Amino acid sequence: MQPRDQSPAELLSALTGMIASGGVQLVDLTRTLSPDDPTIVMPPEFGQSWPVRIERISRYDAGGPAWYWNNLSFGEHTGTHFDAPAHWITGRDLACNTVDTMPLPPMVAPVSVIDCTKACAQDADYLLTREAILAWEEEHGQIARDEWVLMRSGWGDKTGAAYANLKSDGAHTPGPDTGAIRLLVEERGILGFGTETIGTDWGQAAHLSPPYPAHSILHGHGRYGLQCLTGLEALPPRGAVLIAAPLKVLAGSGSPLRVLALVPAAV
Amino acid sequence: MSLPPPPRKNPLLRTATPLLPPQPRSRRAYGLTAAAAEGRFALQKCAGCGTVIYPARDACPACLGQSLRFADVSPAGELLSVTRIHSTADPYFRRLVPIRQGLVRADAGPNLICFLLGDCAPGGRVTLSLKLAPGGDPVVCARPEGAPLSEIEDDPMWRQLTANPEHARVLISDGRHPAAAAMARALLGAGAAQVYAGIAEPWKPSDEADQLAKIDGVEVIDLDPRDERSVAEAAAALAGKIEIVVQCGFHYRPGTVMDANAPLRLKDMMEGGALGLMRLAQAFGQAMMARGADEPRPALAWVNVLSLAARMAHPMAAAHSAAQAAELSLAQSLRATMAPGGIRVINLFHGALDHGWFEAVPPPKVAPGTLGKAVVTALTEGLEDMFIGPEAEDFRDRFNANPKEVERKWWS
Repeated sequence: MQPRDQSPAELLSALTGMIASGGVQLVDLTRTLSPDDPTIVMPPEFGQSWPVRIERISRYDAGGPAWYWNNLSFGEHTGTHFDAPAHWITGRDLACNTVDTMPLPPMVAPVSVIDCTKACAQDADYLLTREAILAWEEEHGQIARDEWVLMRSGWGDKTGAAYANLKSDGAHTPGPDTGAIRLLVEERGILGFGTETIGTDWGQAAHLSPPYPAHSILHGHGRYGLQCLTGLEALPPRGAVLIAAPLKVLAGSGSPLRVLALVPAAV
Repeated sequence: MSLPPPPRKNPLLRTATPLLPPQPRSRRAYGLTAAAAEGRFALQKCAGCGTVIYPARDACPACLGQSLRFADVSPAGELLSVTRIHSTADPYFRRLVPIRQGLVRADAGPNLICFLLGDCAPGGRVTLSLKLAPGGDPVVCARPEGAPLSEIEDDPMWRQLTANPEHARVLISDGRHPAAAAMARALLGAGAAQVYAGIAEPWKPSDEADQLAKIDGVEVIDLDPRDERSVAEAAAALAGKIEIVVQCGFHYRPGTVMDANAPLRLKDMMEGGALGLMRLAQAFGQAMMARGADEPRPALAWVNVLSLAARMAHPMAAAHSAAQAAELSLAQSLRATMAPGGIRVINLFHGALDHGWFEAVPPPKVAPGTLGKAVVTALTEGLEDMFIGPEAEDFRDRFNANPKEVERKWWS
């Protein structure tokens, strides 16, 4: 079935039909927004992100006899969350660089998934390199412009201390090196980069050049970040579509969000 | 001496309702309360003729002078007579009969009716002390002169007037407090049966948590007083069997009131401190109050570990000061709220801790062990407000003499 043979309305109808029938599966890539989930920790001299807090207003009680609701508080970068270009200094002067002004098309886009789980299981400090991406492309084809690229590390299965993996010298979690990010952003022109770890960057990325290359280079080019993803094992290397629409926070640098993927069912 | 470990609670029996001794006191008598709260022995003294007066009055019985101030006086005296009370109509005291009371002639002058503790005999020398009974009102006790506290600490009346941690199960709210391990050791050393030490965000590595986990008698638990669900879950497991809470939320950051991120820092410090106290009180307080008379192991006390900044703002730690002051305010409300349950709310005030955040502060500083001992002292002596160490004691004396001097000079 070729899309060009169908009108947009027919295409949408076909898509919803496929979702209903299971031909296209909806996959949730989101961690539950919970006070127990680790958040990014900065040195004490810097400001800190609030963790997720859920405070009850009422639950069919004196505070509200027939209704249940909570107050939520959290930093923009807690839970499964989206990074807008304004999050980093390199993206500060770009147009439409916040979640309320960013264009809509990046919120629904194709996604490639680079599986690094074996290497990450061996080495928490695994660095995804340019060479590794080129090797992946040998197998799956070249990454296209305006795609999301997700680094699957298996980290999304972890919780608590194992997830944050903080040592006396900081976090030890896998991530991309500078060459990998330069390839993806400057040569392939990807839309954004996503990880299962707490940041788009390597745990020890403060010691790379430039520091935090994923944040620095992605956002400097107006690209986006997704982190704290989970469930990436349900995605094929190519062919899925990511739905990632952050909250429309005024001048927001990012936000927690529900990340879904449309995945063609295995035939 | 020590009491035998209490048997496990029989869940079929009614838990005794907390009762309080008769409450009415004259306004004047609160001078005795102030002294008892700090463990001092103070009586009224006439500024005109020097007569020491008891009970508290509005005019001097010797010269009718009206300038009567409370002053620390000698606690020594002679026991004149002893009365053993076998029967009383008062519901609170009915549980405690027989009660020994005596008439003591204080060396300072007046005769006082006291509760007698230990081996007091008519004609013998005694040491007087002012103690706070359940509910918070002062009473006078006498024990044989020179008798160590260990000789009277098992006396049922003394137990009513103190909060001995022996056999108690204690919750330390913030296991990351620099003195958490020292407090746990001191409490266990004083006979506490078990210390539960809360650790928030256990995914963050913590030397303090590792240290606590190694102490025999300490159980490290998930508890984040900043998170109502975490507090509720800890309370679900423990609220019915905690006799003492030590609220010691420690989150210190310096900074002035004009620092760009001061409001956020204040919120962060309030979450674990004042708001943490509130959440813990909601979850644990009611259950403790219901067990205020649950002999032989009643709920006893709520201890708040506070900085001197709770009493006077430190301009270079503005948010910390505001958060501490808010916590003190809530602690005072908690004291009044928990009093009907017979639970003592104890506020400890310390100066700079011997900790990295305060390394630029010159000594004397408060070592963790000092804080640990202070918690035990406050409990075993039934204190209500305690200033720990020479810096805090100096602060208290100067604050009482002239708060403006402290405001201008203390932190400079």
